[in-house]
Amino acid sequence: MYQIKINGMPFSVPEGSTILEAARFAGIKIPTLCFLKDLNEIGACRVCVVEVKGARSLVAACVHPVNEGMEIFTNTPRVIESRKTTLQLLLSVHDRKCLSCVRNGTCELQQLCAELGVDIDDKLDGEKPASVPDTSTAHLVRNNAKCVLCRRCVAACERQHVAVIGANNRGFDTQIGCAFNLPLAEVSCVSCGQCIVSCPTGALVERDQTAELLAAINDPEKYVVVQTAPSIRATLGECFDMPVGTNVKGKMVAALRRLGVDKVFDTDFGADLTIMEEAHEFIHRVKTGGVLPMITSCSPGWVKFCEHYFPDLLPNVSTCKSPQQMTGAMLKTWYAEKNGIDPKNIVSVSIMPCTAKKFEIDREDQDAAGDGIQDVDIVLTTREIGRLLKQCNIDFVHLPDEEFDPAMGISTGAGAIFGATGGVMEAALRTAADTIFGAPLENIEYHEVRGTQDYKEATYNFDGLEVKVAVVSGLENANTLLEKVRAGESDCQFIEIMCCPGGCVNGGGQPTQPAEVRNFTDLKALRAKALYEEDENLPFRKSHESPIIKQVYEEYLQAPGSHIAHQILHTTFVKRSKTVQL
Amino acid sequence: MQKRISTLPFQGTKEQQEQLFKVIDENGGKNGSVMPILQKAQEIYGYLPIEVQTMIAEKMDVPLEEIYGVSTFYSLFALTPKGKYNVSVCMGTACYVKGAADVLGKICEVLGIQPEECTQDGKFSITECRCIGACGLAPVMTVNDDVYGRVSVSEVEDILSKYE
Repeated sequence: MYQIKINGMPFSVPEGSTILEAARFAGIKIPTLCFLKDLNEIGACRVCVVEVKGARSLVAACVHPVNEGMEIFTNTPRVIESRKTTLQLLLSVHDRKCLSCVRNGTCELQQLCAELGVDIDDKLDGEKPASVPDTSTAHLVRNNAKCVLCRRCVAACERQHVAVIGANNRGFDTQIGCAFNLPLAEVSCVSCGQCIVSCPTGALVERDQTAELLAAINDPEKYVVVQTAPSIRATLGECFDMPVGTNVKGKMVAALRRLGVDKVFDTDFGADLTIMEEAHEFIHRVKTGGVLPMITSCSPGWVKFCEHYFPDLLPNVSTCKSPQQMTGAMLKTWYAEKNGIDPKNIVSVSIMPCTAKKFEIDREDQDAAGDGIQDVDIVLTTREIGRLLKQCNIDFVHLPDEEFDPAMGISTGAGAIFGATGGVMEAALRTAADTIFGAPLENIEYHEVRGTQDYKEATYNFDGLEVKVAVVSGLENANTLLEKVRAGESDCQFIEIMCCPGGCVNGGGQPTQPAEVRNFTDLKALRAKALYEEDENLPFRKSHESPIIKQVYEEYLQAPGSHIAHQILHTTFVKRSKTVQL
Repeated sequence: MQKRISTLPFQGTKEQQEQLFKVIDENGGKNGSVMPILQKAQEIYGYLPIEVQTMIAEKMDVPLEEIYGVSTFYSLFALTPKGKYNVSVCMGTACYVKGAADVLGKICEVLGIQPEECTQDGKFSITECRCIGACGLAPVMTVNDDVYGRVSVSEVEDILSKYE
């Protein structure tokens, strides 16, 4: 421990701490802008500057380590003036249309200005760097007029082993963008949205589809059905200032109903179907000498990554559609037929933790009802539905708890944990084990594959059949594992890959949390905990025990892996290029 | 100013590509080797268009954006080719106050291109340069190694016509 003084008060802080961490320990939150712990530690923005006795200039608290006897001052006039000037300079080139900005209220630049009493200063107003918004992709919009050049998005993209954005040109002309100013849609972006959740301002936002949903609700011809992904219940509360990790399933259903949609279903249903098909596919591959290891296909960001960066491993990827697409496909086939609704009049909406889902709905071979009728028509991220509920004056926090509509609304524990890294694997193992043993097993918790570590591995013995599994989340970790698979150095048979670090609970469509929360809270773990608690408390914890799953196979799909199941629930992938096509 | 990007068709040859790959083999794999490779690539091709940068990115297994970021940060790297005749206008203080901007504007008008661009036929390119040490002759323009001093806007067309 080091003995230091902060603003004259003595503290004993761990060796190796930065000034930022030491001050936090002392109960002082030094403001930051560019700093994201373990991701973007570049000390560039100068918002976190403090005075250190004996130091010639102000130092950046986020990266400056403490040492024995250090005396730190966090709020001297020199410090405050420096921070104010930095903010004024940032504002001088900022597109200050704050009132209608989607980040109004959650913008970190705005928050800093409010704290320090900084307003627009006309004397600094001058030329602004020219930029044109990039609206080329299905999933996001980049508006560099609101960019503060913190490079948090660049770091997030590099961490995903994608690295298609970076700082181009220099000085006043610096712009974050793609090589040769190409639109994002033309490079190997995987649509994960980790850049968006890293952005402190409104420079990066999801492509907003809330108006499309409202229009559908207000169209009397349309039958609007909403499904909500497993992880949304663990995060939507954050949009309404509820504590991280609050399960708001009941309120979420109640809120969607109050928007005026016709039915609210649970993507858990699609997750259970995925498990039925995937577990069957896995056992089939093992027994018939098929391509192994088999890799999960639920995460569209991961699927696109594989198509761009590991096209040679596409035969390893399960042919199952994602739970979102399976739910949408069953809605427009089985459900539509059963209820005598023309699938053309159904608007299939999903609430997802994910921006890649916006890309996924337009993929080839995602139209089970035929005639180009998409399985899913509109995807809203958690953030968008949060905004829409506010816009529609829904008093979310005080709503009663309501249940999903029954047709596709039974949640299972297996479906619930899909939202956390390791969840799909555990759910699949629960079903695979029962299938192999031919009897329901008592012990259904697979703790080895739980947790937010980068890489998890376990070996299970099912009735003499040894199964080695691996679970990774975050594409950097996926890349490391896949290099091994490619080189033939991995002996795993079954791999779960989630695009976003920690799985869907930390998806690119989840509520943004400011750096001061992100840097000192394990968001992934808190949100995942809510899902594992739900799993423990549900009557059905295995996918194949869900009464709806039994019903749809009896009435419609016949059996996992059947011809009709393949038609409706499976898909194909395409090879894409890693570099630009010239 | 943002670096201009060439819109002219890429004319690289097989020999140039072999030279480039040799350079990458010799310098690749080491940390920080992007700079020398880009410098040599520019010596080989004269500029660094997307085709050249893509070859470097693929061969080095480095993201194209990283290469592009470096190539736009340093002023010595050019993303547009130079013409057979590179017309350079001094924008140093003395030349500037003596009307270099008007001269430059006229050259752009006559050639139909902007600074850091090259004509479709590959004949002319325009560069704005810093002081070349001939302030007594301000404003100064050069065409390759030929220096023209005390240039007036009305003389521009005559000067350029010598290089048709």
